[in-house]
Amino acid sequence: MIRLQQEDFDIGAEIANLKRGRSDIGAIVAFTGTVRDRHGAVSEITLEHYPGMTEAELARVEAEAHAHWPLQLSLIVHRYGTLAPGDNIVLVVTASEHRDAAFDAAKFMMDYLKTSAPFWKRENGPGGARWVEAAPSDATAATRWKKRAAE
Amino acid sequence: MRLLYFAWVKEKAGVAAEEIEPPEHVATVAELILWLKARGPEFANAFAKSEVIRAAIDQIHVRHDAKIKGAREVAFFPPVTGG
Repeated sequence: MIRLQQEDFDIGAEIANLKRGRSDIGAIVAFTGTVRDRHGAVSEITLEHYPGMTEAELARVEAEAHAHWPLQLSLIVHRYGTLAPGDNIVLVVTASEHRDAAFDAAKFMMDYLKTSAPFWKRENGPGGARWVEAAPSDATAATRWKKRAAE
Repeated sequence: MRLLYFAWVKEKAGVAAEEIEPPEHVATVAELILWLKARGPEFANAFAKSEVIRAAIDQIHVRHDAKIKGAREVAFFPPVTGG
């Protein structure tokens, strides 16, 4: 399941909703990404996205994870709009019978999402506004999974 | 076809979306970028570092050598920074 929203999310409530009525799950992994201030340089960020493609891309990320790991359930919630340091940005939850699939699939979904989901962060701070540049390490992280899939 | 621009590409080009009909000889994303750059200084500036600009055709990531024939929507944007 994927969701795009401006509002905050409650991690506990999201997990409770996801696993409600299920007694066959053995492992749940949740990753939360939050807005990071860089030593007072960031007062808020604005997350722009590409309506339509964003949802399609998040769904592709999730489908790819289900194709590679025996996941029972998964959830991606991504926020957009104006956020403050400390605010939640993204939630990825994976559920499987055993922990390895849940851990690996959650990391894969985050790595893949970071390089493919069409979001752009603009930081606002005392020094003015700037578009955040993509980190080369994000591309490297995503490539690692492609290599592994090809092996 | 509909062109969409996002983040600093949009800011530099000064437009978020537009309908265009490129000439027949403009066959690929790279050729479309060249054609757009020739439209004026805003576009020349927006696409100055064209190698870093990402493109999507009908909401799917494509390389610059992708053919644009039949595309309904072509989007240009910087490398993504979500998550």
